[in-house]
Amino acid sequence: MSAPALATHGLSMSFGSLVVARDIDLTLPAGARYALIGPNGAGKTTLINLMTGMLTPNAGRIVLGGEDITGLEPQDRVRRGLARTFQINTLFSGLNALEAVTLAVIERRNLAGRFWQNIAVHREAIEEAYDILARLRLGDCCYQATRELPYGRQRLLEIALALATRPKVLLLDEPAAGVPQEESGDIFEVVASLSDDLTLLFIEHDMHVVFRFATHIIVLVGGAVFTEGSPAQIAADPGVREVYLGKRKHG
Amino acid sequence: MSAASDTISAPVGYLKAQTRWHPIETVFWLATLLPFFFLPSYLQLANQVAITALFALSLDLILGYAGIVSLGHAAFFGTAAYAAGLFSKFVWGEPLTGLVAGTAAAAALGYASSFVVARFRHLTLIMITLGLGLLLQEAGNSAGWLTGGSDGLQGVNIWPLFGHFKFDLYGYTAYGYSLAVLFVVFLGARRLIHSSFGLALRGIRENSVRMPAIGAPSRAHIRKIYTIAAAIAGAAGALIAQTTSTVALDSLSFERSAELLVMLVLGGAGRLYGGLVGAAIFMVARDQFSGIAPQYWYFWIGILLVVVVILLPNGILGGLSKIWARWRPR
Amino acid sequence: MLPPVFGVLFDGIAYGMLLFILSVGLSVTLGLMNFVNLAHCAFAMLGGYVTVFLIQNFHWPFFATLPMAFTVTALVSVAFERVLYRRLYRASDLDQVLLTIGLAFISVAIAAYCFGTTQQPIDVPAYMRGSFNVLGLDIAAYRLFLIGVGAVITLVLVATVEYTRFGAQVRAAVDNQRMASGLGINVERTFAVTFALGSGLAGLGGALAIEIVGLDPSFSFTYLIYVLIVVSVGGLGSIVGSLAAAILIGVSDIAGKYYVPQLGAFLIYLVMLAILMWRPVGLFGRR
Repeated sequence: MSAPALATHGLSMSFGSLVVARDIDLTLPAGARYALIGPNGAGKTTLINLMTGMLTPNAGRIVLGGEDITGLEPQDRVRRGLARTFQINTLFSGLNALEAVTLAVIERRNLAGRFWQNIAVHREAIEEAYDILARLRLGDCCYQATRELPYGRQRLLEIALALATRPKVLLLDEPAAGVPQEESGDIFEVVASLSDDLTLLFIEHDMHVVFRFATHIIVLVGGAVFTEGSPAQIAADPGVREVYLGKRKHG
Repeated sequence: MSAASDTISAPVGYLKAQTRWHPIETVFWLATLLPFFFLPSYLQLANQVAITALFALSLDLILGYAGIVSLGHAAFFGTAAYAAGLFSKFVWGEPLTGLVAGTAAAAALGYASSFVVARFRHLTLIMITLGLGLLLQEAGNSAGWLTGGSDGLQGVNIWPLFGHFKFDLYGYTAYGYSLAVLFVVFLGARRLIHSSFGLALRGIRENSVRMPAIGAPSRAHIRKIYTIAAAIAGAAGALIAQTTSTVALDSLSFERSAELLVMLVLGGAGRLYGGLVGAAIFMVARDQFSGIAPQYWYFWIGILLVVVVILLPNGILGGLSKIWARWRPR
Repeated sequence: MLPPVFGVLFDGIAYGMLLFILSVGLSVTLGLMNFVNLAHCAFAMLGGYVTVFLIQNFHWPFFATLPMAFTVTALVSVAFERVLYRRLYRASDLDQVLLTIGLAFISVAIAAYCFGTTQQPIDVPAYMRGSFNVLGLDIAAYRLFLIGVGAVITLVLVATVEYTRFGAQVRAAVDNQRMASGLGINVERTFAVTFALGSGLAGLGGALAIEIVGLDPSFSFTYLIYVLIVVSVGGLGSIVGSLAAAILIGVSDIAGKYYVPQLGAFLIYLVMLAILMWRPVGLFGRR
């Protein structure tokens, strides 16, 4: 039985008396398509921040593909294959999409320290970056500054940046957040087309999307795992419905 | 390489085109030769401008490209100035080796302080750079036995360059030497900016939070550029010691760090030429207005700063590039 | 007979109290709005010159000028906040630094133009000028007064922040701006009032400083460095932090100059660097 792609054991964190993560155990097998849902303030983004190293837990362990990464810095976790996207666009506003993704590819290939060579020398890296952008249908706008891109395209760029790191596990924090209905389809098509080798955990509020893409759902409430199971089980769970009282869909 | 791979793809071509040498740059550098022929009485001033431009270039690398606000950059300038001066006093007066000595001293200091600087951001970082600068200024003051204190360093003795070109009051050697060093370093800085490292620095400036999320070792990058910038500031400091044969405490002062910041912002940070343009304008203006009392000079600097921040946030070059963008047919 | 170290401590605490009064406003406004106001000591200088002006031209008694120093500075700061500062709340650190340094430069020039560049003498009441002997120590009356004023201001500030609704709004906004405005707190107005109070206190500090350190146009910058050190060592947004840091810096500076004069100002820079490297957010800062 091979090691799960990503697992947490007893992950806990509190800010003084405010408990944001309570003894969280979760296991993502390789190739999983898991959804993380829960009411606002449940600690979903906090959990991602803990897993990626932006926050340090008070207790617990995080294991990536069998390796304990609890003590590692965020950039070292990325190099071992754990990437994430941000709920609020965290992009390089003054760079264009090509430069941004090229930067990610160059960092992955350890070429960023070469201050004596013109950047055009790294042809393969640049072309790899362009391919990633083209696959996400950003090829035609890749020379425009990020801040000039429409919001939906920026959300796609968020994903492109994460993909450029060639992750094994990808954590998507509300990938279609703030995107109008007509465009969110593009984003989920991209998510659906991602390789089956890639393990996905995504935070989402829109239940239609969750039921369409997830094979397994984890419900987080008040910083703790409330319940988890297959979409059918979760749909039928009265406790979950209560937690979402009045909410059928993200709106 | 086969003929087929000689044709580069569009994205590679685009990035390469961004790094191409513009004709206006050639004009700029040819213009720097003008003082030799048309303004020989201003060669000493031109020398000061070249040295300050080199100093401003070094600050641009950390401020304009990596986003580090430093209020203590003069620490490297002054340290190298004293190092070069002491080198000429106790070792020998050959200028090029003295230049290397000064640069190395500043680079060592920069490398040591880079470990601290890379760990912080925002106000803490500003305060740490300020604190390090002030510390060094006080140290220079207290170590009068070494630095000469407020009298300045005595006994600086610079030999003629290549055994032939004396550093005299006419300024031909001084300006030629400084300009050559400026140009060579500029070419190196330009190459750095247009490299993958330059892109990483811009990434740090644009969004330092995203950098670790793409696996980038930001702190290592910052340490590297900080050390390089310190070395370049050191080269400028060594030049001033060698071309003027004087080293005074003001080379380490907070005023010098603050003025440098003003010059860079005036010209426009993050555009490589901004520091050069800003230094030229500032130094020439100061020379022209040298008659007025210092506080009135600072009045106009203050007004300038307020105007630049509110109206011209990217400095003069930024303003010019906006006008250029509007006039060009797209 | 008490050994001289107590004298040094007393003078250090008095100096620290002065630094506290000068710095607390900057610490709170930095913590509240993350706005780097390097013109803070220019406001302090303004308060000092208000006092000088009233004493020299209208022969006001010293104590009567103190409330005026506070009020005039507070009002002037409101004008600046409305016209200039408001535009830069979202601007980069660098822009804020540059704009406010520019204002500080302008203030130096204006002060030099109106009052000349020499130190301004003022007359404090006779009973303030003396000192009395306690257990072998020379306790300067003015310094004792400073400690008293500092203590009173600390109590008033802490009481305001802990027990009034305004104080609660300030605390909430310092803690989490977005959530505070989500709760209906008018963050911008809270900031404007806090800024006025903080600048007013700086003005009061400037007036009080004349007798201890003198007043000339370079005050805007000379004391800015000390104030910045106090603020970054104490922690942004913390009154207690400012007090602790101010006293620490005050005592270190006086003790340093007394015991190891060759080191001069070296010691406080070392103290600052050491503390910032150990706790980058300052002694009582958060995040």
